[in-house]
Amino acid sequence: MSLEFRGPGVVPLTLYVNGHETHLQVEPRQTLLSVLREELGLTEAKHGCGMGTCGACTVILDGQTVYGCLTLAIDCDGSEVRTLEGLARGQELHPVQQAFIEHDAYQCGFCTPGQILSAVALLEANPRPTAEEVRQEMSGNLCRCGAYPNILSAVLAAGEREE
Amino acid sequence: MITKTAEHTVIGTRPPRADAFEKVVGKAVFGPDVNLPRMAYGRILRSPHAHARIVRIDPTRAEALDGVYAVATAADLPEAADRTERVGEGNVNYKYMRDNTFAGDKVLYHGHPIAAVAARTLQIAEQALELIDVEYELLDPVLDVRQAMAADAPLLHEGMHTRSLAGTADTPSNVASQFQFLQGDPEQGFAQADVVVERAFETAMVHQGYIEPHAATAAWDADGTLTVYTTTQGAFDIRSQVHELLGYPLSKIIVVPTEVGGAFGGKNVGYVEVPAAVLARKSGRPVRVVMTREEVFLASGPSSGTWMRVKMGATREGRITAAEVELCYEAGAYPGSPVGAGANCILAGYDIPNARLDGYDVVVNKPRVGAYRAPGATQSTFAGEAVIDELAEKLGLDPVEFRLRNIATNGMPRLNGGFHEHIAAREVMEAVRDHPHYNAPLERGTGILRRGRGVGLAYWGNWGARSSVTLEVNADGTVSMLMGSVDITGTRTSIAMQAAETLGLSLAHINPAMGNTQTSGYSDASGGSRTTMATGVAAVKAAEEVIAKMHERAAAIWVCEPEQVAYTNIGPDAGTFTCSRNDETMTFAEVAAKLGGTGGALRGQGDVNVRRWGGAFGANIADVEVDIETGSVRLLRFTAVQNVGKAIRPGQVEGQLRGGATQGIGWGLYEGYAYDGQGHMLNANFLDYKLPTALDVPAIETEILEIPWPEHPFGVRGVGETPIVGPPAAIANAVYDAIGVRQGFLPMTPARILESMGII
Ligand code: FES
Ligand code: FES
Repeated sequence: MSLEFRGPGVVPLTLYVNGHETHLQVEPRQTLLSVLREELGLTEAKHGCGMGTCGACTVILDGQTVYGCLTLAIDCDGSEVRTLEGLARGQELHPVQQAFIEHDAYQCGFCTPGQILSAVALLEANPRPTAEEVRQEMSGNLCRCGAYPNILSAVLAAGEREE
Repeated sequence: MITKTAEHTVIGTRPPRADAFEKVVGKAVFGPDVNLPRMAYGRILRSPHAHARIVRIDPTRAEALDGVYAVATAADLPEAADRTERVGEGNVNYKYMRDNTFAGDKVLYHGHPIAAVAARTLQIAEQALELIDVEYELLDPVLDVRQAMAADAPLLHEGMHTRSLAGTADTPSNVASQFQFLQGDPEQGFAQADVVVERAFETAMVHQGYIEPHAATAAWDADGTLTVYTTTQGAFDIRSQVHELLGYPLSKIIVVPTEVGGAFGGKNVGYVEVPAAVLARKSGRPVRVVMTREEVFLASGPSSGTWMRVKMGATREGRITAAEVELCYEAGAYPGSPVGAGANCILAGYDIPNARLDGYDVVVNKPRVGAYRAPGATQSTFAGEAVIDELAEKLGLDPVEFRLRNIATNGMPRLNGGFHEHIAAREVMEAVRDHPHYNAPLERGTGILRRGRGVGLAYWGNWGARSSVTLEVNADGTVSMLMGSVDITGTRTSIAMQAAETLGLSLAHINPAMGNTQTSGYSDASGGSRTTMATGVAAVKAAEEVIAKMHERAAAIWVCEPEQVAYTNIGPDAGTFTCSRNDETMTFAEVAAKLGGTGGALRGQGDVNVRRWGGAFGANIADVEVDIETGSVRLLRFTAVQNVGKAIRPGQVEGQLRGGATQGIGWGLYEGYAYDGQGHMLNANFLDYKLPTALDVPAIETEILEIPWPEHPFGVRGVGETPIVGPPAAIANAVYDAIGVRQGFLPMTPARILESMGII
């Protein structure tokens, strides 16, 4: 294994954000979340705790959900990042987004971007999950408004629809 | 003029929320998402000590750091008035609020703000905090409410003397105020009792736990207008606070509420707005201050930790004869705990002929508490319902039957001096009695897994107050709606539904929006479960004004008298005007198209101050499984019953019932502030302060009762707060049912359960 040293000072970074090749100069200490929110203005990803305990910052990195607040941006060089911004096509919502509306699966909506991305990643890996699997897989996304039962039914319904 | 029958076409339906799209695509702008050109980043320096005198603050080194634009301290704020005002759901004294914005001569809790920095980047601001030199002289902290009440306790405020109806005490004390409710003759009542139960209870300080932290962005115009974008329940309340603390005219302050990522009572009082405004003025730039999660825990407004004692007596026939209650609530660093509301809600559902209640508002070295969903009621209900449950058990009565034998009814005097009106406590308890959940068999379990079932009856008084709604009719027949209330739970939809119903238009015709303090009429904060109720009254009033004015416009078009015009807002002809002179009809849209020629803009304005409102009873049924080896409690089944008056949008009502229950489950089993002996908070993060996750919450069945509040046009009562009140009580009673040991603490963590069983 070889160690690679980058920085101090800004270093170049290439990300494929929602399908767009994006070239950036970032500080090595910056998290993926801060690059998305502060450098790219993609505020769909939320900052709720900054330490991997709430899931509000969830994004999909090369097909896997990650906490944006715990991921160093420079570790994502060359990676594909999906945020909520890339999900709907204009007015046409993704089935998970549609199901969230139909099932009232949000109250304040602050946890919603993270919940939706977790659900999307879950359904892409496992299109027909059981209720228990959904609860397990999404237990890293807190919802203080307590929309959990509605989120569960939305995800299950979206799974059925996507078939 | 407008008669609307029970056949609603909009109310009671489940349309998508008006904000649905922007919420699911993530475009809704929350507090931390606000971003202005040239904006600087603000951070706040906080006390590492729970109780200390500030000897010296020296910002020189911080000010000299490259990239620092401004440093602010208490020296930048004028003296504030020693005056107490209602802010949202609680009271605030502006002098204390100033000290809680930037500490004066003392810090009173771990996290107390001392100074703030604005810098080019967040990192520079953070670096600068370390360069502010503060010299402290440490004092002994007092963290426990009863310890704080002791005569020899260290004093937080040397000049504070207990206030009560008897006057002001001579010696200083940490007890800010005390009160007593008295009804009948408690001594005689206890003498008549065949069974008496007395227990003490303690609950930990708890936090609202909204996932969106406090965030405000302030900017000054060249002409001296200050605009503050902030995540708050009440834009006008924040404007008053900024006005008082800066000594600046209300007309020159514009507060723009953002979308709110959860509040639950905790976003009535501002914490970062004034620091952002001062930093913005000093730096000449817009400044955004966003709290970290740790700061939210340390230094916003959680709910009181408490110590409570409840004693009750009943006859063999199952009639309650007397109650004696003592409620000691932590206010945190400054007076203002919700002990009064706790006192109003405890045992509110019962007919108790003789009772005495003593309440104490006590300062301790913790953050100043704020409102948290039914402030004060969840704590006191946990205590009251446990004693009710134990009385039933001692009398050999089913707990629901015992409650029903003593249930309060209309016109009964209340312990707090009022009378119940249209209360429907009996209907709620009967719904529990008849609920399939309550009648389902419960497999008791043997070995290490024990199961039990418990119930709890809950009450919250709700609120009315000031609201403002403007409806502007557009030339295409659509209506633009502006409300002064902040939408924290989807209320722009439930208000628009009430406007649509009154206007006889479809919901799609109404585009609702939140206003700001410059564009809307004065509106009190969205708290106290008041918005759908009181702002709904304003919407109906605005809609009625629109229709009345449209009559005049139709009459002008038809060249007839307005009295000859009639409008239908119901049935297949809804939305049409008819003229009795010529038998012609015109649709709402046809009249709207001619507004220009008939007098110009047409706007209906509803400004109300709703002074009478109805409280809401609710109840919970909980089935639990307790592992007697580990002490862990698992919820097997959970039901929430509530009388909501009228469910305007049932999906939202169910969400409130489930959300309140989920938070109540958190209070019951997991959540509580932990401090070391020096007053340092030990769990200011979501790892150690555990919120319920998807794995902890069962399906939560809901049953909505609609026994109307007769003074609301559609019968609405407040909904959002009652749901949190009963769950900890129901869970505690279920745990008792499972293991046969009463629980005197919240949260009922595994360690507490094992301790109660004498195992550890
Ligand atoms: S902000 Fe990343 S997990 Fe909370
Ligand atoms: S919808 Fe508010 S936190 Fe989930």
